Amino acid sequence: MAKKDPKQNVTGWDYSPSIESTSHVDLKKRYDLYINGEWVKPSSNTYFKTINPANEEVLAEIAHANEADVDNAVNAARNAYNDVWSKTSPSERAKYIYRIARLMQERAREFAVIESLDAGKTIRESRDVDVPLACNHFFYNAGWADKLEYAFPNRKIEALGVAGQIIPWNFPLLMAAWKIAPALATGNTVVLKPAESTPLTALKLAELFHDAGLPPGVVNIVTGFGDTGAAIVNHPGVDKIAFTGSTAVGKIIQRSLAGTQKKATLELGGKSANIIMDDAPLDQAVEGIINGIFFNQGHVCCAGSRLFIQEGVADKVIEKLKHRMKSLIVGNPLDKNTDIGAINSKEQLDVINGYLKIGQAEGAEMYQSQCEIPKNGYYCRPTLFLNVAQSSRLVQEEIFGPVLAIQTFRTVDEVIQKANNTAFGLAAGVWTDKGSRIFNLTTKLRAGVVWANTYNKFDPASPFGGYKESGFGREGGLHGLEAYLKLS
Amino acid sequence: MEKKGRLEPTDFRQSPTIDKVGVEERVARFQTRSIKDESKMQGLRLALSMIDLTTLEGKDTPGKVKQMCYKAMHLHDAHQGLPTVAAVCVYPSMVKIAKNEVRGSGVKVASVSTAFPSGQAPLDVKLRDTKFAVDEGADEIDMVISRGKFLMGDYSFVFDEIAAIKEACGTARLKVILETGELVTLDNVRRASDIAMFAGADFIKTSTGKIQPAATMQVTYTMLEAIRDYHLETGRMVGMKPAGGISTSKLALHNLVMVKETLGNDWLNNEWFRFGASSLANDVLMQILKAETGVYQSSDYFSID
Amino acid sequence: MERLEVLKTYKIYIGGKFPRTESGRYYSPSNGQGESLGNICLSSRKDVRNAVVAARKAFGDWSERAAFNRSQILYRMAEMLEGRRAQFVDELMFQGANRADAETEVNLAIDRLIYYSGWCDKFVQVLSSVNPVASSHFNFSTYEPTGVVGIVAGNQTSLIDLISIVAPVITGGNACVVLADEHLPLCAVTFAEVLNSSDLPGGVVNILTGKHSELIAPLSTHMDVNAIAYSGNDAAILKSIQLNAVDNLKRVRAYHQNWMEEASQNIYLISDFQEVKTTWHPIENIGGASSTY
Repeated sequence: MAKKDPKQNVTGWDYSPSIESTSHVDLKKRYDLYINGEWVKPSSNTYFKTINPANEEVLAEIAHANEADVDNAVNAARNAYNDVWSKTSPSERAKYIYRIARLMQERAREFAVIESLDAGKTIRESRDVDVPLACNHFFYNAGWADKLEYAFPNRKIEALGVAGQIIPWNFPLLMAAWKIAPALATGNTVVLKPAESTPLTALKLAELFHDAGLPPGVVNIVTGFGDTGAAIVNHPGVDKIAFTGSTAVGKIIQRSLAGTQKKATLELGGKSANIIMDDAPLDQAVEGIINGIFFNQGHVCCAGSRLFIQEGVADKVIEKLKHRMKSLIVGNPLDKNTDIGAINSKEQLDVINGYLKIGQAEGAEMYQSQCEIPKNGYYCRPTLFLNVAQSSRLVQEEIFGPVLAIQTFRTVDEVIQKANNTAFGLAAGVWTDKGSRIFNLTTKLRAGVVWANTYNKFDPASPFGGYKESGFGREGGLHGLEAYLKLS
Repeated sequence: MEKKGRLEPTDFRQSPTIDKVGVEERVARFQTRSIKDESKMQGLRLALSMIDLTTLEGKDTPGKVKQMCYKAMHLHDAHQGLPTVAAVCVYPSMVKIAKNEVRGSGVKVASVSTAFPSGQAPLDVKLRDTKFAVDEGADEIDMVISRGKFLMGDYSFVFDEIAAIKEACGTARLKVILETGELVTLDNVRRASDIAMFAGADFIKTSTGKIQPAATMQVTYTMLEAIRDYHLETGRMVGMKPAGGISTSKLALHNLVMVKETLGNDWLNNEWFRFGASSLANDVLMQILKAETGVYQSSDYFSID
Repeated sequence: MERLEVLKTYKIYIGGKFPRTESGRYYSPSNGQGESLGNICLSSRKDVRNAVVAARKAFGDWSERAAFNRSQILYRMAEMLEGRRAQFVDELMFQGANRADAETEVNLAIDRLIYYSGWCDKFVQVLSSVNPVASSHFNFSTYEPTGVVGIVAGNQTSLIDLISIVAPVITGGNACVVLADEHLPLCAVTFAEVLNSSDLPGGVVNILTGKHSELIAPLSTHMDVNAIAYSGNDAAILKSIQLNAVDNLKRVRAYHQNWMEEASQNIYLISDFQEVKTTWHPIENIGGASSTY
């Protein structure tokens, strides 16, 4: 524990704990599979535990679905597609989705608290970012249901059928919304598998679908591990696979899909460059850097994990960055003042700590803020690595944690080359006051999302997705609909 | 980094640019800080002790000033252990009266000067105005910058004027009012802050209270960042005074959050941070009483001056 | 005395030049009557490598050219093709087509180039969007070329199959490496001569002849190829391409339409080889000034 400066006791002022109440949260001890509008036991009768990464306490037991369960879920989705959903008029479909959005808004706080409990993310973010955006995705996509002919002029539009969706643990509810909302709007039915470490909000979402009166089988939620996901990917009755997760797993899925008629969208990893030119609004750039790498503990596929600072302002920016990091509060995700919560799992903490060792072994200079961190649970201090080389593993590999690799550059051409020198192409950030330079950079950076003078902004109307090994297909906006349609 | 001390005028066109949307986002994040329990009480007391209780009206009279001075020293005697405010802020003609009233209490007397609030007077008049207030006993001088000259791009004029007033202040601390509502952009706010600090300001202050918008959080935040950068560059601390528009406890606490997270705890005292406000005190008092008694308060029970 | 006919040497086309295959090998496919079509380069994996290098080198300049300029160059390609129509008709007939079909195909090929010429500076306008996000940001999505595209040309006929994919791919600013049909290679090589005389920068289109069984693997595994277009009906080949594509997540597009049909040209064949880029920038809104003044 860091020693307190005695002077601070005289003039200092610290925030008292301000813990979000969990009294209005309704969690069952055990969750079964949501198939065909009912909660059914897993055929293997095995369950696994989901824990709160902030204190390692068990939150609930979760059913582990096997191939037979997935088969039931896909059949339920197929029947619901054939018998009900494909016969539901687009405008009625829209109303279901609107209703889901509204119900989510009503239960927003409960979703936020559960998300923070299960994923370790701060209540500030789950309350202000994840849950509202998830609601908005349903609301936005609802309106597309009866307007698809305007999105794809001169094309015949058909739903695909059954969409198999596999989502990651970093934005459990938001990713479920990104996947389910456009699938339903375009007339598909769904089998969704949440990540094994963060299944709760998807299961709460199933309760909500039930309460919304969504016809049985239109959305089925199956929980489990990689084998459950593989069963979805390999099921012959699935017409489309939407996956968000690591590039390694994305490639396994892509191999499984070779030779099949299944349509696929993959939203994979990244190692995005955040570029600070010497004429940038530096203080806002520093906020952008902080938001770019420490948002959601750095568990963000589009995290600005490679920082490039133009040499003339490098010292100044790093000084400001270190100063800003002093005020970041790491700790209990449910405390409303916490800026950085818990690392999602022990496995991920081990991965991150492994990279900290690699970085130091490679000779990069490590800087961590000296904040206090809780004794129990999985935590990592916000970390900078200075003087990192382009060939360093810290620059080449996705860490998925609050670890920033900092490089300097001299010219625009140099930074474009370095920024593009990666297998990934998900996102990029550009900070400069000069309009013509912004367009030079945003045009030449090979990435699906480019934030100029901002970072990590998301909106249901804004397409998201990557170039190169960051995947293909877009989610969100008009462009996100295409992934769920057969267009001819 | 090299600490250069007092600097010669630099090229203020090179002040950092400010992205307003980014500032708004940062400010919104300060506003999500949840200040509860002990930290709320501590913050409210701190806020009380930072207030410059102000009357700046054409119709000010000795009677009005005396009543305000009493309030400055006795915020709410029905409640024990409250601090006094930091200072009273008056026109030069009222300095002597105020000084007599607050003598021995620790409450400072601040005087506006330099043809407040417009600043539309020649330098010799402004100097005379300032010296008069200082001679009458003012501990602090709140000057206004020449916004017309600033907006014309005549930064040297603005700089020289502040430096001259600073010299005329002697030992009195100089607060430089930027009147940010007339500067309009945050880039201008930042540049004017830099000019004022490099010219010798002990404090920079947002507004006269006569122009809207006044002390918005965006403006105050921009000025706090300028102070932090100046401190990093020169090692000299400069104080901050948002004035106008801060009338609720919640807003005051948000301002303290901003100071804490931008400048650090060293600035969290009335030597380095002030609120220019007159109606804030009663709202803070009501909040303190609410916290201690658990009962929501009525303004009927708190003196209005 | 009878004049001795000058025979044509069919070479491959890499980086705007006409080398022979580095392997020095050739093969002699024959038409339906059993006549040899000539000695055709049997390209090797090293030719694939060289072609991909040439395409990558050309991609930057081509993708950054003004769309209007690309449009003019595609139009110029059509002009050059028109000038050589007789040669293409002869070659198509030599490969087995009757005159009427051959003429229809050449006409369609020319018209298709004109069609895509027109799209160069329009498809982005049609497909892009300004996205009304809820925060104070200007947000727009536009299209950028995927990069280097490997094209496995169809085997129904030789000219229109080739042009129907090459044209939308380069319209969108990509560079490509084309594997001409193994059995009907003549028009592909002659088309390269059209390209070479039409202001198209060298390397934007590279054309290889040879055995698909030998060339598809190095092309579809190549880590610097960003997408593969496969035109054909062989499920096993398509699956092998899809598997090979995984290592660098190439976008794989498969086509089995009849390219002779009018509907086989549209804007969506261009967007098949495009990446959507979304850009955000803050919008400052000072004070109360509004557009209703």
